[in-house]
Amino acid sequence: MHQEINGNPLVYLDNAATSQKPLAVLNSSRDYYEKINSNIHRGVHRLSQAATAAHESARQTIASHLNANRPEEIIFTSGTTDSVNLVASSLGRSNRFKAGDEIIISGLEHHSNTVPWQMLCERLGITLKVIPVLDNGTLDLEAYDSLITERTKLVSVNHVSNAFGTVNNVTHICSQARKIGALTFIDGAQSIPHLNVDLESIDCDFYAFSGHKVYGPTGIGILFGKHELLCELPPWRGGGEMIKEVTFEKTTYNDPPFKFEAGTPNIEGGIALATALDFVNNLVISEITDHESLLIKRAAEILGELEGITIYGPDDRAGALSFNFEGIHHYDLGTLLDQMGFALRTGHHCCQPLMSRFGITGTLRASFAAYNTLEEVESLGEALKKALMMLR
Amino acid sequence: MRVTITEKQQELLDDLDLFQDWTERYEYVIGLGKKLQPMDPNLHTSDRLIKGCQSQVWLDSSSKDGKMSYLADSDSVITKGMIALFVRVLDGESPETVLTADLSFIDKTGLKEHLAPTRANALTLMAAEMKKGALEASQQ
Repeated sequence: MHQEINGNPLVYLDNAATSQKPLAVLNSSRDYYEKINSNIHRGVHRLSQAATAAHESARQTIASHLNANRPEEIIFTSGTTDSVNLVASSLGRSNRFKAGDEIIISGLEHHSNTVPWQMLCERLGITLKVIPVLDNGTLDLEAYDSLITERTKLVSVNHVSNAFGTVNNVTHICSQARKIGALTFIDGAQSIPHLNVDLESIDCDFYAFSGHKVYGPTGIGILFGKHELLCELPPWRGGGEMIKEVTFEKTTYNDPPFKFEAGTPNIEGGIALATALDFVNNLVISEITDHESLLIKRAAEILGELEGITIYGPDDRAGALSFNFEGIHHYDLGTLLDQMGFALRTGHHCCQPLMSRFGITGTLRASFAAYNTLEEVESLGEALKKALMMLR
Repeated sequence: MRVTITEKQQELLDDLDLFQDWTERYEYVIGLGKKLQPMDPNLHTSDRLIKGCQSQVWLDSSSKDGKMSYLADSDSVITKGMIALFVRVLDGESPETVLTADLSFIDKTGLKEHLAPTRANALTLMAAEMKKGALEASQQ
């Protein structure tokens, strides 16, 4: 990643989209294919046993990282989107919903935590309700308290907003939902890389994240689900691995987590994801949080001095800093910053309803990871000044 | 003698070649965007809107005496500059010429913006819409 663009060093500030991969993760993927590549859960031979052990040990590492009760609560998926779809589909096949029920999401959601629920609502005649977003980019929790009714069957929100970096009070959101017996789903795609996540204290029913945003490979993600729920819910995909016994008359399903893991999984991805979480733990997650928070605060200070800027979201944000300049299109700024070696995201960040709420078509977003430095933040300020001069 | 669209494209590429670095090249394109004939905001209607992934483009195509005429606007000044390159090449040409025009010169400008057949980028959609306008004109 030591690259240059137009003679400038690459400064990667698009970590909310995906993170770069540490050597330990790359080695983990390579080691898997070089040393133990084999299909899992079915072979009597040595390689298959080694691959199965590594895969299941990864599940244990991930469960410990999240402070889940048991590894069976960890399901390997292809990513957060896949995890949301799994839960939405399985719940849709259960008898937990009926027409007239309600699902609550928030105005800060990524499309991936919106559309699967919309699809479920359309299919079953459920009403989708939305927790409004306040002007400071946080959720209106008073409004949330009044949105919850006896008809609410599920609440699904993100832990950290990908667009604004807002950290939501998911513990409160879950405890309110639990009072009336509603299920809770937390999209942790943007929290796992930046915050210590303790599922015992959040006490949600489901929690999902993607490997590639937390220094792991793409194509691997996690769904945590409380064990009793995973036992109750029907599977959503059929195939190998997920069955106990198959006859043409009737198939009995395997126990969780395997019931939800039809087909050969992303074996290497799961192992490398566990290595990525080891990498995070070696750095110590609280130190990552502090370091990134320092970078974001300094970025907000530097950018705050530039004329015509609007910074979105609250001051105590995690991971991302989103902003716009009056009279200037985010795409133009992003294009010129790219020429100077800065990788930032421009656009609606898959949050079109949130953008509409603020009357904008998009923002420029700088998002940080453990490897970003204060020098990079300082140089972003200088680059922005140059770009603004060219555009004004 | 009339300048062909191939010659117009080459002239634009020659102009851009004069610039030493990306800053000058982008300043030139931004300048073209700012100088583009203004489009009456009343023409910013949904039927003229081309929604790209990042920026919005409004295009009004018309033809008179067998010649195409284009008015265009964008909320992004760089996209607007790129549109200006298209307008400079295609404006005043016959519908038939526009329909058969090869616009790949955009990819040779040394600018990041390019035509991408698989992505909904504003520029690709813009080129398609300009040709659509020409097709309609040729059928009248």
